[in-house]
Amino acid sequence: METILLLAHTEIDGSLAKSAREALHAAATLHKSLAGSKLVIGLIGENVQAAANSIAACPATKHLGVTGADFSQSRYATDAAAAEAIFKAAQATVIVAPATSRWARVLPGVAQRLGGRVDTHVTGAAAADGKISVNRWYYKQRMEGALTRTQRPWFIGVDPGSQTACDCGAGTAEVEMVAVNLTEAQKRTTVVGLREPKADAQTIRPDAQLLFVTGAGWTKKQADGQTHVPEAEKLILGFLKATRASLGSSKSLVDLGGEGQAVLPFLSHLNQIGQTGATPRHAKGLSTCCHGEEPHTVGWRFINERRAISLDPNCGWARGKADVLYVADAFAVMQKVNESLATKT
Amino acid sequence: MSTAYQIIVCAGIVPDPLQTLEPVASPTGPALKNEMMLPAVLDPWAGHALYEAANLAKNTPGSKVWLVSLGPKAKLQQVMMTVAQRVPFELIALDGPASGFTEAAEVAAALAEAIQTIPGLDKSKLLVFGGWESASRGAGATMQMVGERLGIVDQFQGVDQGNLPEPKNNPQVGMTNMRTVMPALQKAKPTKLAGEGLTFASVTLPKQMRETKIVKDKSADDIAKEIVEWIKK
Repeated sequence: METILLLAHTEIDGSLAKSAREALHAAATLHKSLAGSKLVIGLIGENVQAAANSIAACPATKHLGVTGADFSQSRYATDAAAAEAIFKAAQATVIVAPATSRWARVLPGVAQRLGGRVDTHVTGAAAADGKISVNRWYYKQRMEGALTRTQRPWFIGVDPGSQTACDCGAGTAEVEMVAVNLTEAQKRTTVVGLREPKADAQTIRPDAQLLFVTGAGWTKKQADGQTHVPEAEKLILGFLKATRASLGSSKSLVDLGGEGQAVLPFLSHLNQIGQTGATPRHAKGLSTCCHGEEPHTVGWRFINERRAISLDPNCGWARGKADVLYVADAFAVMQKVNESLATKT
Repeated sequence: MSTAYQIIVCAGIVPDPLQTLEPVASPTGPALKNEMMLPAVLDPWAGHALYEAANLAKNTPGSKVWLVSLGPKAKLQQVMMTVAQRVPFELIALDGPASGFTEAAEVAAALAEAIQTIPGLDKSKLLVFGGWESASRGAGATMQMVGERLGIVDQFQGVDQGNLPEPKNNPQVGMTNMRTVMPALQKAKPTKLAGEGLTFASVTLPKQMRETKIVKDKSADDIAKEIVEWIKK
């Protein structure tokens, strides 16, 4: 009989992120499919009551919490100690957690400490005939595997964006506090602050509806034999400002900087999508001036609706990969798109 | 006076990212079609870790870098021909599978054991580096497990300043490295990864093809209008 633990951390403001609700959905689905199983909620943060209340209507038998100022920030040693304590209090066999940057850093270590196994970046979890199976991708999202494990505890890190968020309602949850006695050594790391780009400079927006992919064509010579990098910059940033889209870039465009070519200064390796970059999840994707074949196109593996603008009608990035390919000059089209967006806003 | 570090870099090898990969079933579980024929490279993320380590060692006199790598001996040798020319290190090779379908916990056990056998290891000077994820399993799990096995609880994953260029090939560095690389490969410990308790029900390629509607001969105005409507839908 499985005891399924949903292990989540609160946000700085004490709320529960959407990714935690998605993991809860996965945990609750497993619980529903496994006869006789128990569902336990474990929350970690400075204060967890509000977060517990926000999901009080979920079918959990118990709510556990580790709280205090020491657990407000991401820190490996204290997060691992808290996760370990909650695991032991819950006597869990399967631990489902959102694969946030905070948990992704710590849960494999906790699995090791507890003699268990971990699967990260899980995109699906199901149970049939008393057996749990999970899906995850291999070789940078190029192939999908479905697997089962006999070892317990089994930690399952659910990729944000891959599940429906649990819509269980709010109420008043009775949270059983679990004590964690931290040593000074565990508090040796101090978070001195968070640095993030200014709002306008932040071009990576995981929650955006639209991913805007820019390819190397933006920096190449155009029909007049000249490059138009400043114009490209203006068009791209103008579009991002109007749509609040997230910005992705092909590897070639990101790499141009290292090769001494003209570059778009707001692009970094963090924008890179594809085989050697990220594979973000967005409802829509618009690629411009991109080219190349698989494996570059894995960058928009998880984009639902895809459109592309390219001068090459046989472009491998678009043909067979996009729903619509506009054979046109992206400079001209995006200029008109921005004008239209400016008029409508 | 600065502290001299003992920097150990855990680095796997992966198929060249530009290769087309196809999963096949093998007697030991999923594998890649013609896996042994595919050209291999040092995992890109592990490569960053190696170059960061080398940079730190260069700027901290008395420091030394070890590269611990698990992979088929022949593949490791192929990859080392290039990597050894980049930065100075001493190789510790483990002869075993480099597949993405291997179990992170078993890989971590093998790496941690190899690290512990390094003569003169001083944990007060020890820094363990590695790629945050790999281009094969991509789990982001192995390094934490290695750390736990070595008793390291001050862990920092996903560290990236992103401003260190890839070192250029340096034949002199290559000559020096190869003096230790070849003996290390010769005495690479055979390492079996059983994948105990792990069963793959399937490994499949996703459906790749979409019915792409090609829109030609439309004005920029018309295309822009269509795109804006689609975005706002």
